[in-house]
Amino acid sequence: MRPAEQNYSKTRRLKNQIKAVVTNPYNVIVLIAIILLTYLIVFPLVDMLSTTFELSQRDLRSVRGGVAGEFTFYYWQRLLASDLTWSMLVRPLLNSLLVGACVSVCAIVIGAVLAWLMVRSDLPFKPFFSLAVIIPYMIPSWVKSQAWLSMFKTPRLGGAPGFIASMLTSMGISNESIEAILGPIAYGPLAVIIVLSLHYYAYTYLLVSGALNSINSELEEMGEIQGASKTLILRKITLPLVLPAMLSGVILTFSKAIGTFGVINYLGSPAGFRTLSSELYSNIRSLNTQTGFAMAILMIAIASLAVFVNQKIIGTRRSYATIGGKGGRSMPIGLHGWKPVITVILFIFFIFAIIMPVIILVVESCMLKEGTYSLANFTLHYWIGDGDPNIMEGVPGIFKNSNFLNSLKNSLMLTFVNGIFGTIIGQILGYICAKGRGTFHGKLVEQLVFIPYLIPSVAFGGIYLSMFSKPQTLFGVTLLPPLYGTFALLTITSVVKHLPFASRAGTSNMLQISGELEEAATIEGAGFFKRFIKIVFPLSKGGFLSGFMLIFVSIMKELDLIILLMTPTTSTLPYLAFQYQNQNSPQASDCVAIVMFSIVFLVYALANIFGDADLASSMGG
Amino acid sequence: MSRIELSHIDKFYGKNHVLKDLNLVIEDGDFMTLLGPSGCGKTTTLRVVSGLEKPQHGNIYMDGQEIVNAAEANFAPPSKRNLNLVFQSYALWPHMTVNDNVGFGLKIRKEPADVIAKKVAGALERMQIAEFGKRYPTELSGGQQQRVAIARAIVSEPRLLLLDEPLSNLDAKLRVDMRSELKRLHHETGTTIIYVTHDQVEALTMSTKIALFRLGELVQVAPPLELYDNPCNLYTADFIGNPSINFVKGTAEVTAAGMTVESPVGQLEFKRADMTEAAPQSGKLDIILGIRPEQLSISRQKDEQHWVEGHVYSGMPAGSETLVSVKVGDQTMLTVKELGSTHYGGDEKVYLGFTPAHINVFDAASENLIKYCR
Repeated sequence: MRPAEQNYSKTRRLKNQIKAVVTNPYNVIVLIAIILLTYLIVFPLVDMLSTTFELSQRDLRSVRGGVAGEFTFYYWQRLLASDLTWSMLVRPLLNSLLVGACVSVCAIVIGAVLAWLMVRSDLPFKPFFSLAVIIPYMIPSWVKSQAWLSMFKTPRLGGAPGFIASMLTSMGISNESIEAILGPIAYGPLAVIIVLSLHYYAYTYLLVSGALNSINSELEEMGEIQGASKTLILRKITLPLVLPAMLSGVILTFSKAIGTFGVINYLGSPAGFRTLSSELYSNIRSLNTQTGFAMAILMIAIASLAVFVNQKIIGTRRSYATIGGKGGRSMPIGLHGWKPVITVILFIFFIFAIIMPVIILVVESCMLKEGTYSLANFTLHYWIGDGDPNIMEGVPGIFKNSNFLNSLKNSLMLTFVNGIFGTIIGQILGYICAKGRGTFHGKLVEQLVFIPYLIPSVAFGGIYLSMFSKPQTLFGVTLLPPLYGTFALLTITSVVKHLPFASRAGTSNMLQISGELEEAATIEGAGFFKRFIKIVFPLSKGGFLSGFMLIFVSIMKELDLIILLMTPTTSTLPYLAFQYQNQNSPQASDCVAIVMFSIVFLVYALANIFGDADLASSMGG
Repeated sequence: MSRIELSHIDKFYGKNHVLKDLNLVIEDGDFMTLLGPSGCGKTTTLRVVSGLEKPQHGNIYMDGQEIVNAAEANFAPPSKRNLNLVFQSYALWPHMTVNDNVGFGLKIRKEPADVIAKKVAGALERMQIAEFGKRYPTELSGGQQQRVAIARAIVSEPRLLLLDEPLSNLDAKLRVDMRSELKRLHHETGTTIIYVTHDQVEALTMSTKIALFRLGELVQVAPPLELYDNPCNLYTADFIGNPSINFVKGTAEVTAAGMTVESPVGQLEFKRADMTEAAPQSGKLDIILGIRPEQLSISRQKDEQHWVEGHVYSGMPAGSETLVSVKVGDQTMLTVKELGSTHYGGDEKVYLGFTPAHINVFDAASENLIKYCR
């Protein structure tokens, strides 16, 4: 029926095909994106893997007849099957899993309940609560640990005791009994789990409240018409609908919790409670890079497994949350007699989880000597004092301290540069993911971008440290000089590590722009760049802002990721606080933390007032 | 104004074969409607013509000039085809005013500002929305947005105007208004129009030609009345017409002189001259009679013109017309459309009649038309 595939010119076909690919900027951008992602994500990963099979100079003595740089199973064997396995791997691993599992459960319960109360119930003071609920997300978890210590610290470890210990001492209770009472609370798994749960519930809260908001209330009303009770509706209709969001929350929380390092360092280590991530940190710190990387690979495997299981469970039900668009008109569900009780509980919760830590930090930052609760002890020395040889080896108050000012400058620069670059790159990658749905290149970019999510922050910093400490060359041409100790390295590391979030925010942003809006511009003759500038960008401004916020907040408080990359000149606020804490100067550390928190809060408030930035929307599904 | 020729177009989405060897010619100045149920490939055809989709096989010519040659991977970009498209969702840019929306394409073509302003004003004037130029799309009603979308499409005076179900989001009354508006637009500009719809009333009232689709294939291309009077097969007959055509099963004996049919509505004689090429020369076959509801007349008395006895199943008077369902025998249910309003009681005995020359006859096996309506 078809006239024999005609006689056509193959050269013309080839010419046209090449022309079509090359003259379309979209293709060029996709190509560049794939090359860069491969170079910045796949290469380091492969490099990391191969490092663990390479014998290093310093381990020559341990391996008989070994040659440096040769292939070896030494590190894996030592890690997986030796006398050290129990203390090096299994115990920390079990601890990691314990923390991950407990934190996930607690965080998901707190987050989901809060989300439901906030979105669906007739809770009073909602505007206040909905702001308060976000604050933990803005206070870094290590700052919370600091507050925790100020509260519960026992005299055992030197330094001044915490608030409660001082109280008990003044009541005449002996140090031994204090230790017995407060020890298990102050340090160890319980402390770690509580602090992390109070930190990570924000993720679940944001995801679940987003899902609840997008559920069409008619679905619930239908259940009511059928005669189902409120609890039955909650159980049989609402819960299954937000389940995908809750599971995403679990995964996010779990992988973050097992990768966290700061909190373990503050609250776990003093009691000898170590997890994989803290082992990983100390291994890389002490230049046992190979062992550290091998641990990182195991952690990546665990995180991948969790994501895989999550996808199997959720499967095709992912899109539940987007059903119906008429939410918001829904009638809030009455709490009736429970209302005052729940309100009081929430107030107590917020006072302890949010207001207390901040107040403790502020109070402590103004105390000349920690643990001494008398009016004479209050001072602004740590804020604005001149150097005094008797206090902190003469280091002046932070606002007169060049280290602090330098760190402040670094932090601000890092967050702004990253916020802007990260957001733009994230939106472009999101554009590729959204437009390329179902195509090979779309899936490829989506997968590549997701990888950094699986790599624990400390390990990610470690890989980039080892990769960019040498000059980067291609066919003998030096592309990049060694970047160790430069601002550029911090920037690259932070941008790439935050790509999963940034591009997911970008994707959900881009998916909201109907393809027809762009096609209408194509018909009018607008090229790719014109479309991006005139149509896509103006329509996605809100998303740009939310994406920027997310990255800004995240990087401002980032410690785990960049801790290995820090040098005195590139120090940031979190690192400075970390250092002060380790030097046993919690007041100075508190001051730095307060400044940092204030900046985050201010930027968040500004973004909320002047734009429709929404943290939840950029978290994606 | 242009003539479009689609030749052997194949389009796949993955393994899904949505357009199957499509051949269609749209003459200069035609108002061609692509009609069919959802998922039949009509919108895809439109998008292939517009250049938003690339077919895997086939050629498209516009005024004799090749704009698509799949074999040589030559696809002219949409902007080079001198056409414009009105989307089902209107696709108005929410961040631009009506003026900016309409003038966008002209600005891209770097026309001087005063020319743009004049053309935009002209297009808005033509769509009777001149006063809304400074508003944003969200500040307009659905009908007004629709007019903006059309104004945006015609402002550049394209040779070819593509409309993708433009009226489906409007309420019933506005839809009737816009229909006459579009027909007027076609009359005034003489632009070739390709119009996609699943609404047969739109198709019948507006087009100069209708292309009926089924599962990615063309079933029939004909002017509206021809499609209505002589549908080429049962699918077309059933799809076109509201209320639907009545089908009555029967048997026929074909001779050189014509055809004799035995059916629940009586013995009928048809002349050879009225029969189509698809009809056999002789022999017996199963047939299906296609009788339009308005071709049937109804009476309470039996007479020359009303010979089919039946019982009223239900009567539905609607003011200007009355639809009556009549049960004939045990198997056959016929819908009768009568002008005016008459009340028929349930189970009332009535008599039906029709002019045999006016009805269609289809071959039950091949489903093709074997006797024209005369």
